[in-house]
Amino acid sequence: MKQDIVIPDVGESVQEALLAEWFVQPGERVTKGTVLFVLETDKVTLEVAAEADGVVEVLVEAGETVTVGTVVGRIDTQAAPGPEREEATEVSPADRRGEKEPEEEGPVPSSERPAPAHIPEVPREGAPSPPLETEGLPSPAAAEPTPEAFPSVARLAAEKGVDLHRVVGTGPYGRVTRGDLLLFLESQGEEAAAKEAAASGAVSTPLGAPAQAPREEASSEQAPETIRKPMSRIRKRIAERLVHAKQSMAMLTTFNEVDMGRVMDFRRRFKDLFRERYEVSLGIMSFFVKACVAALQEIPEVNARIDGDHIVYNNHVHMGVAIGAERGLVVPVIRYADRLDFAGIEQAIVDYVKKVRENRLQLSDLEGGTFTISNGGVYGSLLSTPIVNPPQSAILGLHKIEDRPVALDGQVTIRPMMYVALSYDHRIIDGREAVTFLKHVKECVEDPERLLVGV
Amino acid sequence: MTEENRYDLVVIGSGPGGYVACVRAAQLGLRVACVERYARLGGVCLNVGCIPSKALLDSSEHYATARHRLAEHGVRVDAVELDLAAMMARKDRVVGELTENVRKLLERHKVQILAGTARMAGPGKVRVESADAPPVELQARAVILATGSEPVQVPSMPFDGRFIVSSTQALGFERVPERLGIVGGGYIGLELGSVWNRVGSQVTVIEMLPRVASLLDAQVSRTLERLLRRQGFQFLLESRVEEAVVEGDAVRVCIKTPNGEEERGFDRLLVAVGRRPLTRGLGLEALGVETDPKSGHIRVDVRYQTTVPGVYAIGDLVAGPMLAHKASAEAIACVEGIAGLESEVNYDAVPSIIYTWPEVASVGKTEEELKELQVPYCIGTYPFAGAGRARCMGETDGFVKVLSHAGSGRVLGVHIIGPRASDMIAEAVLAVECGATAQDLGRIMHGHPTFSEALQEAARVATACAIYGRGA
Repeated sequence: MKQDIVIPDVGESVQEALLAEWFVQPGERVTKGTVLFVLETDKVTLEVAAEADGVVEVLVEAGETVTVGTVVGRIDTQAAPGPEREEATEVSPADRRGEKEPEEEGPVPSSERPAPAHIPEVPREGAPSPPLETEGLPSPAAAEPTPEAFPSVARLAAEKGVDLHRVVGTGPYGRVTRGDLLLFLESQGEEAAAKEAAASGAVSTPLGAPAQAPREEASSEQAPETIRKPMSRIRKRIAERLVHAKQSMAMLTTFNEVDMGRVMDFRRRFKDLFRERYEVSLGIMSFFVKACVAALQEIPEVNARIDGDHIVYNNHVHMGVAIGAERGLVVPVIRYADRLDFAGIEQAIVDYVKKVRENRLQLSDLEGGTFTISNGGVYGSLLSTPIVNPPQSAILGLHKIEDRPVALDGQVTIRPMMYVALSYDHRIIDGREAVTFLKHVKECVEDPERLLVGV
Repeated sequence: MTEENRYDLVVIGSGPGGYVACVRAAQLGLRVACVERYARLGGVCLNVGCIPSKALLDSSEHYATARHRLAEHGVRVDAVELDLAAMMARKDRVVGELTENVRKLLERHKVQILAGTARMAGPGKVRVESADAPPVELQARAVILATGSEPVQVPSMPFDGRFIVSSTQALGFERVPERLGIVGGGYIGLELGSVWNRVGSQVTVIEMLPRVASLLDAQVSRTLERLLRRQGFQFLLESRVEEAVVEGDAVRVCIKTPNGEEERGFDRLLVAVGRRPLTRGLGLEALGVETDPKSGHIRVDVRYQTTVPGVYAIGDLVAGPMLAHKASAEAIACVEGIAGLESEVNYDAVPSIIYTWPEVASVGKTEEELKELQVPYCIGTYPFAGAGRARCMGETDGFVKVLSHAGSGRVLGVHIIGPRASDMIAEAVLAVECGATAQDLGRIMHGHPTFSEALQEAARVATACAIYGRGA
């Protein structure tokens, strides 16, 4: 097939141009992108490249004036190879910038020397040593081994966890320059992003699994003492948010304990019926959500937030529920939890767990919470102080249920107990409110009938 | 051994590597000696390189402007005449002033200047011999070799100093050669060719490779070739000189071109096929200083220390482009390293300039290099014809080409062919050094109207292509 080589639109309302020079010979085989000829107008000079691989046929000689759209040649895309000429242009010149050949053999420094991969010694800072006119010659300073990488490059490589032997060096003696390392990191950035995307497709692996990958990798080599991995975007965001929370509010935590006996009894009694009717199991979370909603309605400051010089009270409850995910904890928000019944709450939680697993969570799912419940108990935590998720003002931490001896009506009995912790922003919530809130939650969970009658 | 012959540092050579090393060392409190075998300090750069060639390029450019360009600006001059002797005298004056400045600079820093030929006589021992004084042996804690390079001799075209010459003699022809043949289309051949072409020589450049200044970005190199052709240069590319014979007052040259053998006569033949590190006679073999057998470069580590402790080498003696500013940068890094400071040269940000008209300047990677490295890149080009200042000056040839990383937008290379490219490139060097993005270059304000606006515009074009935030 033959493709026409056409004078392109030169722009700037230019109609005519001089075909100044052909860079290829008639019959020459070119590849797509090879510059074919140059056009000159009084305004611009434009190089025109081949749009396909093939053999060039020249119809208009250099020196002619051509108009936009003129066919000046053709490219025969199926022709047998003509006289090989373009190879010559690829030959790298006797190179005054240094040896080119080693680049093709892969990492250069390793082929030249046994390769000290180590980080150079700590740079000797400070003022230069005074001239030692009386000391013996020659200089002792020269005797120490010098690293083969530029110190700044070695430092950056160590910081980024890059083995310099993997980087193609274009500096003198094939050394890796800072630019070479940056190019390598930029190319790794793309790979890492691709890997992350691939990994997120299979989130069904149990929690903690991702830690195994680097560990295996490490043992197969010479087991480095540390492994450096770039923070994922989600991790970075978590880190930022947590530090921000700690720094921007007067946070403290109050504790209480809950006798879970009644709730567990409740569940035992109704779980089959519940599941039959709502196709979702009755968990303890719905009791806590319900209890919190009731307590929030009683102590509105806990459901409020500070906005500049104002306090914004929320008349609704958007309940954040922390769910552990492979790449970090996420807190999707159950909208209008105050309007949902037990089944509605349980269903919302199940939906979110599924979304997290399938990596379908959207940013909007995480926004707008007015209060949060975090259940460290699923990992076995006995007691902890959660961190408030700004701009919210409080967070309830649940913990594991454990049979403990308690004094009840003058008797020591064994009860399934749970510690609960309420971290809150003291700027907006007074200690009395916080304690009252937590006590209210405790009472509602210990006596679920209270939820029924609203006391 | 007298106390006065003991030094912290002895530098062999006083070119842009050597004298800079001396001054920096003196500033750091070292006792320094500089050995130079020629009467005038400054090395090749000041005496027979950068400086005299630029003096002639500027003078000859004035001549060419007066002859061809002034009328366009409405300036009429009658009978423009060339006074080659005056041009040469001015060049010598410029060189004389600058080399004298180097001497004053060294003296001001209390650097001991020793005239003579130096040789390593052992570890920490430098022997200096001269015609009019007894030999001296210096003791040094550290020695920096900075002897530079010399033009490569080609066996088929041996220099005779008169007809077949190196760049040194081509800077001082007494008459304008009618026909000047130049073997080698690198920057030396093109610059000296420009000088003589402007003052009337018919210049023919014979180059083995298919491109002139083959290390340049190909687009720039093609443009340069075309513009020089328009000025009257003839190019025989992919051609090789088989034989050069002096016959009477001319050189007969047999050239093998892609179209067959050709014979040409030249009044002078400049052989400028490259330069070679000048390591002969320094006593390096005996001392055990290793050199690369192919390139002749001295092997050094990142602190420029050779395979012999206490002996360092910089500049044209070591790998990398043979450029004065590269030698100076290495001199500073080397001396600071010797003095216990951490210092290094960023080889990504080495500008290179060809002082043809228009000038060519570049820093960083060429498009061809990026292709070879398989780096995703963006191109932004902008013609000087689009810059108002260039129109005012009547210098609209050429363009700026910015190459940036397609993902990060970081500037990877800048290539300029056009008026004042030599000074414009500094901004690009800073951009590469600081890891600036094309967007940065496009956003900072450039004075209007200036040539630098072309760089800004090219950067904006490159920015438009870059995909920011992909996958992150």
